[in-house]
Amino acid sequence: MSTGIKDKVAIIGMGCTKFGERWDAGAEDLMVEAFEEAIADAGIEKNQIQAAWLSDCFEEIHIGKSALPLSLTLRLPNIPATRVENFCASGTEAFRGAVYAVASGACDIALALGVEKLKDIGYGGLPNSGSNSGSLNWLWMPNLTAPGAFAQLATAYAAKYKYSIDDLKRVLAHVSVKSHANGALNPKAHLRTPITEDQAISSPMVAHPLGLYDCCGVSDGAAAAIVTTPEIAKKLGKKDLVTVKALQLALSNGEEVQFNEWDSTYFVSTSKASVVAYKEAGIKDPRKEISMMELHDCFSITELITYEDLGISPRGGAPKDVLDGFFDLRGGGVPAQVDGGLKCFGHPIGASGLRMLYEMYLQLHGRADQRQLKDPKLGLTHNLGGFPFMNVVSIAIVGKEGV
Amino acid sequence: MVGIVSYGGYVPRRRLNRMSVIQEMGWYIPALMMVANGERSMCNWDEDSLTMAVASARDCISGFDKSKIDGIFLATTTPPFADRQNAGILATALNLREDIVTADFASSLKSGTTALISAVESLKSGEKKNVLVAASDHRRTKSASFYEMWFGDGSASLLLGNENVIAEYKGSFSLSLDFVDHYRGESQKFDYTWEERWIRDEGYAKIIPQAINGLFKKYGISIKDVAKVVYPCFISREHKGIAKKIGASKEQVVDNMHEVTGETGSAHPLLMLTAALEQSKPGDKIVVASFGQGSDALLFEVTEHITKLAPRRGVKGSLENRKEEASYAKFLKFNDLINAETGIRAEAATQTALTTLWRNKKMILGFVGGKCKKCGTLQYPKTNVCVNPKCNAFHTQEDYEFSDKEAKVMSFTGDYLAVSVEPPVLYGMVQFDGGGRTLLDFTDCDLENVQVGQTMKLSFRKKYYDKDRGFTGYFWKAILK
Repeated sequence: MSTGIKDKVAIIGMGCTKFGERWDAGAEDLMVEAFEEAIADAGIEKNQIQAAWLSDCFEEIHIGKSALPLSLTLRLPNIPATRVENFCASGTEAFRGAVYAVASGACDIALALGVEKLKDIGYGGLPNSGSNSGSLNWLWMPNLTAPGAFAQLATAYAAKYKYSIDDLKRVLAHVSVKSHANGALNPKAHLRTPITEDQAISSPMVAHPLGLYDCCGVSDGAAAAIVTTPEIAKKLGKKDLVTVKALQLALSNGEEVQFNEWDSTYFVSTSKASVVAYKEAGIKDPRKEISMMELHDCFSITELITYEDLGISPRGGAPKDVLDGFFDLRGGGVPAQVDGGLKCFGHPIGASGLRMLYEMYLQLHGRADQRQLKDPKLGLTHNLGGFPFMNVVSIAIVGKEGV
Repeated sequence: MVGIVSYGGYVPRRRLNRMSVIQEMGWYIPALMMVANGERSMCNWDEDSLTMAVASARDCISGFDKSKIDGIFLATTTPPFADRQNAGILATALNLREDIVTADFASSLKSGTTALISAVESLKSGEKKNVLVAASDHRRTKSASFYEMWFGDGSASLLLGNENVIAEYKGSFSLSLDFVDHYRGESQKFDYTWEERWIRDEGYAKIIPQAINGLFKKYGISIKDVAKVVYPCFISREHKGIAKKIGASKEQVVDNMHEVTGETGSAHPLLMLTAALEQSKPGDKIVVASFGQGSDALLFEVTEHITKLAPRRGVKGSLENRKEEASYAKFLKFNDLINAETGIRAEAATQTALTTLWRNKKMILGFVGGKCKKCGTLQYPKTNVCVNPKCNAFHTQEDYEFSDKEAKVMSFTGDYLAVSVEPPVLYGMVQFDGGGRTLLDFTDCDLENVQVGQTMKLSFRKKYYDKDRGFTGYFWKAILK
């Protein structure tokens, strides 16, 4: 009988680069920037790290294959290092590898580092892989982009819940306005300018009905976490531990895109992973118990629907919560995208999951400056990679030890 | 009795108003005004001679048992492949039996009628029972040329057989003359054409009457015995002139379709014949002649069965499914006649793994999915493990064709980021009425006309063009019903 990960692993150090169009930095520079902060925060020596996980997604446009780029860049002492890729869940996957290694007793201290250097391709948006996206996929999958794939949620959601596209766009605008307001308070965010609802609604169309401000930015960045057991953490003199409460992953099996039931207004995988994650963390009522969230707001509609998949809002109820300010930083509900989200950080894919954990870690330690929430206890991060109809979802819950 | 059993037509939905050419290029060649009446059909950017042939062939064989087709001939001067049998792609798209004869008839505008004669002869010998002939052309022309005005894009298909014949084949007469009014040399994109006056006087005006009169003489009939005469000539005035030369009245001559489609190349005699069949009654004799380094003239007699042929799109339905295109620039872009910016995003790899295509040819070209023998669930694509969560059986799926099934839109978008000849790219998820669903590109529709719940059907289209290797990739897209 599995006992879950709750309180078996503590995070003792984290680092995160400034995200943005880092014309000044290659992936190696970003890795070093995140690592230096994390190792200093942990207060350990590099040689104390016994295993490492590296995450990125589009390795072909920056670091290339294998975990060698991590080992070479940081000059790690010939320890095991593994590169993981699982679409947008990659960063959380690296974290999962490190956490499970420590929990299993295979090593005492492990590193997870995610990086993505997207802005070396010469054009906006994510890379277009063409026929390199899989030799069979190329022959039949629609000519789709990420915004177009997710925009379909909005047309289906509007049809199911009988919203006009204009009304739904106002709800989505509020999602983005809230994130921009938070990002404006964060010196590490890429986009730091607050926006208005009208700006969001009237922004140029990217994929109907999603406009520019419904889409997250495209950025470069890296983030890192150093983990160990609570016992070792205490021996190292750490206090007020932030521990891992749940770490779950769920993947589509093709039912959404091939079977006849899913209606394109929710994420099957998020709905399933959240239930398991809450059980692992011992959470009964997430709407009351979760203090804050960093959700995978690749697009505003993704965030809206995720509120429902996580059981924070009832089905069809997320728009009301959004308009009530339930997810705003000072809205009295469950603040979401506390650091500005993907909306303001952009989405250097391999780094995003760890960047989200970084904000939870800062908040739980009371180090989030202007964004600091009052006494947060549990933070939830969520990544969704792939497409609405076929995806990889990761959910991590971290919190104060003993909560 | 051997003859035509069914017909099918396809004319692309878009029609270029010829005045749009005058508006943009009339300053350059004012004489174009002489032929600027009406409109010409134009392929969408994802159509070519093969996709149009698939469309007309599907129309032609609708309601027929296609497992009985034992030969398929494709006539075109604009095949997407110089060496990869285009008729073979057509047969795969139609999901025909594998043990059939397929052949391309090419390199001449009379290839359509020659394919017809060959089909009839293979039936007469008794070797074949049902042969499908598809003719199609999408000819590129230089901007602001008379040929741009005269030509159109389209396809027609005829199913030939010996049961339930709607128009009996009575005979043919052929001429092979190396009269080079135009030619398209190897590796050339456009025709090189000689002076129109010579083509008119020494070509059309002599060769077509010679072929038709040769047919009459061979079978001992005269123009008076004939209800309709079909022959192409894009010079409308000369089209009428030929009628005089063969003694045909205005009522006997089938319109050259200049005002509604333009001349569709090797498909044109068959397209005009299809239009004639749509208006024929039992007992009508129809002569159809082609023009292209000689001529084939064929004689058919319409039978009682024509009244029993189930309604189909044909030419009439194709002409009714029409969207006027007023933008000449769009015509130029669709035909790759202007070098518009595509952005670095468009530079992605476009290679086709031929091994993958071969293994999945039914899935990709025939849109064949699976039906679980255990639980009955329909699914696309066909896979090793049933998608029904209550079944999930291994190795239980048999072939199931989705290409003729209707589907409802579940979700959609219009994507302005994706690389496209005509943004936004429309695509979405569709649910087939009998079960099964998939994501598909949408085509031939406008964003403002798409809604969740809307009924769609499928159309075989170009999916991508690999310009480095000259390979066109085909797949199915959803169009409005």
